[in-house]
Amino acid sequence: MFTAFLIKYGEIGIKGKNRYLFEDALVRQIRLALDRVEGEYQVSKSQGRIYIECLEEFDIDDVVEELKTVFGIVGICPVIYVEDKGIEQLAQDVIHYIDNVYTDKRKTFKVNARRARKNYPIPSMEVNKELGGALLEAFPDLSVDVHNPDILLNVEIREKIYIYSKVIPGPGGMPVGTSGKAMLLLSGGIDSPVAGYMIAKRGVAMEGVYFHAPPYTSERAKEKVIELAKIVSKFSGPIHLHIIHFTNIQLSIYEKCPHDELTIIMRRYMMRIGEKIAKERGCLGLVTGESIGQVASQTMQSLRATNEVCELPVYRPLIGFDKQEIVEIAEKIGTYEVSIQPFEDCCTIFVAKHPVTKPNVNRIRHSERNVREEMEELMKTALQTKEVLEITG
Amino acid sequence: MEVYLDNSSTTRCYPEVKEVVIQAMTEDFGNPSSMHKKGIEGERLVKRSKELLAGLLKVKEKEIVFTSGGTESDNLAVLGGAAARKRAGNHIITTKIEHPAVAEPVKYLEARGLCVTYLSVDKRGRISLKELEEALREDTILVSIIHVNNEIGSLQPIEEAAAIIKKKNKNILFHVDAIQSFGKYRIYPKKIGIDLLSISGHKFHGPKGIGALYIHEKVNLSPLLFGGGQQQGIRSGTENVPGIAGLGEAAKKVYENFEEKREHLYCLKKKLMGSLEEIEGLVINGIADPITDTAPHIVSVSVEGVKSEVFLHALEERGVYVSAGSACSSNKKRTSETLKAIGLSQKLLDSTIRFSFSEENTLEEVTYTVRCMKEVIPVLRKYVGR
Repeated sequence: MFTAFLIKYGEIGIKGKNRYLFEDALVRQIRLALDRVEGEYQVSKSQGRIYIECLEEFDIDDVVEELKTVFGIVGICPVIYVEDKGIEQLAQDVIHYIDNVYTDKRKTFKVNARRARKNYPIPSMEVNKELGGALLEAFPDLSVDVHNPDILLNVEIREKIYIYSKVIPGPGGMPVGTSGKAMLLLSGGIDSPVAGYMIAKRGVAMEGVYFHAPPYTSERAKEKVIELAKIVSKFSGPIHLHIIHFTNIQLSIYEKCPHDELTIIMRRYMMRIGEKIAKERGCLGLVTGESIGQVASQTMQSLRATNEVCELPVYRPLIGFDKQEIVEIAEKIGTYEVSIQPFEDCCTIFVAKHPVTKPNVNRIRHSERNVREEMEELMKTALQTKEVLEITG
Repeated sequence: MEVYLDNSSTTRCYPEVKEVVIQAMTEDFGNPSSMHKKGIEGERLVKRSKELLAGLLKVKEKEIVFTSGGTESDNLAVLGGAAARKRAGNHIITTKIEHPAVAEPVKYLEARGLCVTYLSVDKRGRISLKELEEALREDTILVSIIHVNNEIGSLQPIEEAAAIIKKKNKNILFHVDAIQSFGKYRIYPKKIGIDLLSISGHKFHGPKGIGALYIHEKVNLSPLLFGGGQQQGIRSGTENVPGIAGLGEAAKKVYENFEEKREHLYCLKKKLMGSLEEIEGLVINGIADPITDTAPHIVSVSVEGVKSEVFLHALEERGVYVSAGSACSSNKKRTSETLKAIGLSQKLLDSTIRFSFSEENTLEEVTYTVRCMKEVIPVLRKYVGR
């Protein structure tokens, strides 16, 4: 029965003169999201609201599901609109609406009319009264509560009249494309896609980098990362995924550096490469899924050691999260199921049995000298041979 | 160069198979149960495949039932057989090296109270007939033995086994999983004394999703699927006519010039085994003398200090496709029961890969593969996890 949606947005309402930029970005993201569902939709912006009108038959659940991926949306209100044919007809329309939307009528309600079209002959308060009276008459189980009603029935009088009462929570955040772009270090694990999601939530567009090490990591591990990027891109918009062939770098570190420092040194090179691509692509920061103390390479000492190799800020939105909290978000956004497929078992040879947990930065720098020379060349080759995929959700 | 040596996983369809499948999908697409002409066309395809298969196995047409593949055939044989013979006893005999399609339904029955004897194998991967004889009991209702093991290619003496089983009690059901051996051996189940025989289309250049089970006419199986009563009620469900037509055609083709093809496979196997002997720290699993005591198309190899998965991907980079001997059955890791049963040492379990040939492979491909292995192994050994 619903034929349109009213989109409520929060934070961007307060962004002063830049407001239209945010609103335009939101409209753009909504259109992108709606491209993924069947049907034709018209998205329009007027007087501080965004309306979606559904021009063809559509599946309301599918539309809501997609809108829930659009950052910046605080609430999604399914709306019906009717022609203005006088207050009596409007009363009938409102009765019809309540009858259809609420099977159980033992509820309190309040009518909240708003005249966006000021030449409407009846003042808002009068409209409230008229419609409220008609509803009470039609459904004796209903009662009025103006302070804390179960049903807040909104009636917006514009060219047409819009009726809605349900608000489905949106994901919040800011529309993507309003805060620049970041480079996400994407592994196949649980954390990094969640980190990407969190940063995208603040309006940041995303590129990704994945370090592929055949034959130690399989083609399936790569497929899995692509699938994760695809899910993240539902929220963040299209992602350029840079796939770096990392095997030779790994082997060189393995051969020439102490084994308990392998992971740290490897991560330092990942950051360096990530930053190189980031700068080339105009990204303003790196994003990782690190959380303090989760594994040996994510202790404060280890983070200090990996952090010092790049100049761009490294955003670690999960830094204070427990694993369980991360898993919960991963489940919510749909990356968990994909992340737990066990494909990169074979790179276990690059993980020392007892990695350092409190690396000394000076020692790491010293160890790195063993590979520094050849690494210039290896990194150059890695960057030249990278594969780039354009990923859309 | 692309070398596909994973034919025990699946094979490429014969071009002729493709043609009959397309024909069955687009022209003779009727439902065999329909009464009109279109239905009769479909039925004719099913009948033709039954004739071909029955002819090759030397059994009656009505003794062939088509299934969705090897797994269903094995399940139907084990579960359907055990259910039908429930009143006669409570004991099943099988081996420690069965494919999961037999091992898992047996485990299921065991959990529900059936008594199971698992026959051990020697390091060649062969059961002992004496052990089989001793394991047979008054209340034994079913014996299930894999003809050619899918991981190491060991061959079981099914003819002698059948004789021993039937001597003990002719009512004991004898099931043979012939999924890896059909097309590599001439198998005449009825003559030998096999009651149930499973085969799978895609292991011999037929389509996936189609298999068959030979069921001796005197044996009543309990069905696993209930419905419209197709295939004498043993396997309800509209027949997969394209699959059935393809399986029949593949069976016909695979037995053309059969001796020559088998000779060729043994030739490839000998060449591979011979060349691998030069590599240090490499073990070939399930060797038997003479070589014809093992299947012609499977070679299982363990390479010390090289993880099978990494090895597999390293060969893949050079265009050579093999299987990890045990390891990932696509998603979850499990160690191979078969490799454990032949007494492979713990450190080699994770270092085993399987080569499996088809008639399409060549000696040049084997030479190339050996060259790749010699290249790859030293490199991989250099980087061993510590």
